[in-house]
Amino acid sequence: MTHRIIGHPRRRVDGRAKVTGQTRFADDIVLPRMLHGKLLRSPHPHARIVHIDTSKAEAWPGVHLVLTGKALPIPYGILPVSHDEHALCPDIVRFVGDPVAAVIAQDEATAADALNGITVEYEPLRTFASPEDSLAHPEPRIHDYGDEGNIHKAVSLQFGDVEEALAGADRVFDDVFFFEGNTHLPLEQHACVAQKDPDGKLVLYSATQTPHYVHRALAKALDMPAAHIRVIATPNGGGFGGKSDPFNHEIVAAKAALMLDRPVKICLTREEVFYCHRGRHPVLMRFRTGVTNDGRITGMDLRTLLDGGAYGSYGVASTFYTGALQTVTYNIPRYHFRGCRVFTNKPPCGPKRGHGTPQARFGQEVQLDKIAHALAIDPADLRLNIVAPPDSLTANYLRVGTIGLRECITRVVERSGWRASHGKRPYGHGFGLACSSYLSGAGLPINWNDLPHSSVQLKLDRSGGVTAFCGATEIGQGSDDVLVACIAEVLGIAPFDIRAVTGDTDLTPVDLGSYSSRVTLMMGNAAIQAAERARELIATAVSDRLQIPKDQIVFADRRVFDTADPAKGMSFQEAVCVAEAKFGLIGTTGSYTPPKSAARFKGGGVGPSPTYSYTAAVVETFVDPDTGWITVPRVWIAHDIGQAINPTLARGQVEGSVYMGIGEALMEEQVFRRLPARLSNALVHKFPSILEYKSPTSLDMPEIFTDLIEHPDPAGPFGAKEVGQGPLLPIMPAVANAVFDAVGVRIDEVPITPDKILRALAAKASGKPARVGPDSFPDVPWPEPLLVTPPWEGGDGRAKNPGGPTGRHVDAGVEAKAGLRAMKS
Amino acid sequence: MSEKLRLSFSVNGERAEALVDSYKTLLEVLREDLQLTGTKHGCELGECGACAVLLDGEPVLSCLTLAAESEGRQVLTVEGLVENGRLHPLQEEFADRGAAQCGYCTPGILVTAKALLDREPRPTSERIREALAGNLCRCTGYHQIIEAVEAAALTPRSPERRGGGAPRQLIERRPDPKKGAES
Repeated sequence: MTHRIIGHPRRRVDGRAKVTGQTRFADDIVLPRMLHGKLLRSPHPHARIVHIDTSKAEAWPGVHLVLTGKALPIPYGILPVSHDEHALCPDIVRFVGDPVAAVIAQDEATAADALNGITVEYEPLRTFASPEDSLAHPEPRIHDYGDEGNIHKAVSLQFGDVEEALAGADRVFDDVFFFEGNTHLPLEQHACVAQKDPDGKLVLYSATQTPHYVHRALAKALDMPAAHIRVIATPNGGGFGGKSDPFNHEIVAAKAALMLDRPVKICLTREEVFYCHRGRHPVLMRFRTGVTNDGRITGMDLRTLLDGGAYGSYGVASTFYTGALQTVTYNIPRYHFRGCRVFTNKPPCGPKRGHGTPQARFGQEVQLDKIAHALAIDPADLRLNIVAPPDSLTANYLRVGTIGLRECITRVVERSGWRASHGKRPYGHGFGLACSSYLSGAGLPINWNDLPHSSVQLKLDRSGGVTAFCGATEIGQGSDDVLVACIAEVLGIAPFDIRAVTGDTDLTPVDLGSYSSRVTLMMGNAAIQAAERARELIATAVSDRLQIPKDQIVFADRRVFDTADPAKGMSFQEAVCVAEAKFGLIGTTGSYTPPKSAARFKGGGVGPSPTYSYTAAVVETFVDPDTGWITVPRVWIAHDIGQAINPTLARGQVEGSVYMGIGEALMEEQVFRRLPARLSNALVHKFPSILEYKSPTSLDMPEIFTDLIEHPDPAGPFGAKEVGQGPLLPIMPAVANAVFDAVGVRIDEVPITPDKILRALAAKASGKPARVGPDSFPDVPWPEPLLVTPPWEGGDGRAKNPGGPTGRHVDAGVEAKAGLRAMKS
Repeated sequence: MSEKLRLSFSVNGERAEALVDSYKTLLEVLREDLQLTGTKHGCELGECGACAVLLDGEPVLSCLTLAAESEGRQVLTVEGLVENGRLHPLQEEFADRGAAQCGYCTPGILVTAKALLDREPRPTSERIREALAGNLCRCTGYHQIIEAVEAAALTPRSPERRGGGAPRQLIERRPDPKKGAES
């Protein structure tokens, strides 16, 4: 099929606004009589609030309102199973930075000053600094819910008899890895403005990736009808997953605006953004993988331990995601996954680009490199031999569609000169390879229901202009551009002829938000459906008017004409008028609901996707054995995107992913330290500032050779798959594998820093194992596994013990019920 | 309240006057007193470069610059890059080449790049990387930014060059009626 717009490099529709400084971010909004809010945050990592005295702050000149947890008693949270947050902590603070009170004042400086007028008496509680600590000490509980003690969630899913598969293997590799936490660091700090509109309804402008979920959270936390709340997602100045939860400051601003009947703005400082976090979970993982001597996998046993921080956030989903996607890249006939998330007294972790999958992907791809090395098989060949088959079910019942992984590997191997480089360069110079896969949207919604995940509404104007309404959220990735490109392609007009109205819960139909790489596929399919319905009406009317057979009518170049006689036709504008005269106003809708999952077991809701993207990358490194310094001069990456909608933006997503992956591989870490005992010994963020949270600059970036592999997938709009997250995943393991190729040491954790290289080289020199990384995986009270027979062993996707194991885990109904409750709220 | 300062300076070629709190930074005065919200803030501690503006042609971090320091001087912000209704070549190339994703770092990078091109009309890629090393971008990985600066440096600076700055989103290829049936 020839496309006129899809697949051609093009200026994005919002490009002009961005380069002229006219994109209006949340903090750029100024409303008459607007007040400003500041939150008072806990200096203790874990404490009971004994007493709060706000009297001095209330009397502070310029202060209009002081709020505490009493004003906002209803808890909320992103997942129905973990509504464990309060806008302001009512009784317990759970990390340094947890908000306890808010001041609304005439300006930001006054609000900040008046926070000093609030006295909070705390009774410190035991601090949990690490997952091991939380596992060892069930009391005091950080939350009064969760699987037990300070374990938030522990799951065990077994697909076939893995121990038998390992026993039958020629070799079993047993490796432990650690992935340090890191954060999104969007350049825009979170901000929002709330106002009571002239009718008395609530309006919230916010830098959120998920206006629909903020809408629901506000309705619940403020106990008011959702129909009286309007959430407008302002263009996000970067999200990466960090603006996907409903946040304290949004609810506080909304409450204050309702109470004061004046607009209220809250803009977080950079330090506060580090406390909001919801970033990459630190994950400890153990892989036991059985292989044959020719490198085929017989079975895999994976355990993960996630440091969840202080709240649930997306954590239950994150836990499942650490074990969900291992099977979609390579053929793994039997698979056992156990995952455990614990609470600790740190800012809550959540979804960051790749959500839960990069950590385990790191371990899997580094272990494959070790396997290849041990079996003396080229790492590229080892992978090429075990690529999962297309159009098949995996052991854990994920339905994969097209798989471009083989071509991705072949491409980066050719372009990088891999065959002449890997294992063949002088000491200190290395090449590493890794692969990955990612969802093109989650198959199940957060709140379980049968409703569409994305909808688009079109209004065709007599001017020939088209307005497209969709709840999708522009976070910089180009969702507005995808929306108009799909519609323009179908209607034969230019993207610039279409106005996109997005991310507004009053004006736009629901799209679940910019997360899980779902927007292009889901919104794109909904947009195509809406546009095709409009095209059908117009074609009927034009066919009627000009006496052209309908199947000969073509839409292109802003004209509607006879393909047999192109001169016979009319302008698109005239065609819209002809259609409106015949049918009345031309307004159409389109919706998208993902196909039903093949998984019928509890926990099978995380991992299904309409289709998966695939990526392969080769990273080149120079490692200085004297200093440990690592340089990455070049990266080759090939991404199976199905079909690029706008290659300029697709390339930007790939390169941006490589950039973020290089940061995670070499420098980025969200870590904590204890204050000196003479102060409080409190567990605090090590460096909540951009200066010391190291991220790559323009001088640190390698040269990147990007290939988009385009074989349209039937599930995607014009065949498109995701591109925003998948290309990040192979970078961290490819760097680790390249370091091994350069100097022969294994760094089995990220970030990979010079001090770790030197430690590993010193260990090697003294005859110890040439590696740095965790040595063991702690004892976790795993639940009995849910037993699911793989498809090729006669399974039907259901658990053999569906009532669940006899232990703690019979809560399938609880999750469903919580979902229903959230739907009704 | 603090003492007010009467500030008189040139912003984007226009004379500007403001009565502002003396402690205010140039960033705050631009955004809050002059409503020039094109200039962004990512940290307000001089760490990210999002707030860069040109002061007498030199890039400065407006979050670390007291407004008082700009008295009598020339300030250029992203709003001042458009001349006679036409985008600056840097703006054209940034928009066309995917150099702005979320767009939050873009204003600071654009003015920093302009300062570079004003001084070195044909910088090498390495010089561009050096000049922009203080401007963090979390979206792009920098390559499309650097390419856009290189392309802008090659653009002739005549006012006619863009045909009045018409939108470039129009379908570039003329339709081939023979192929029309496939679409």
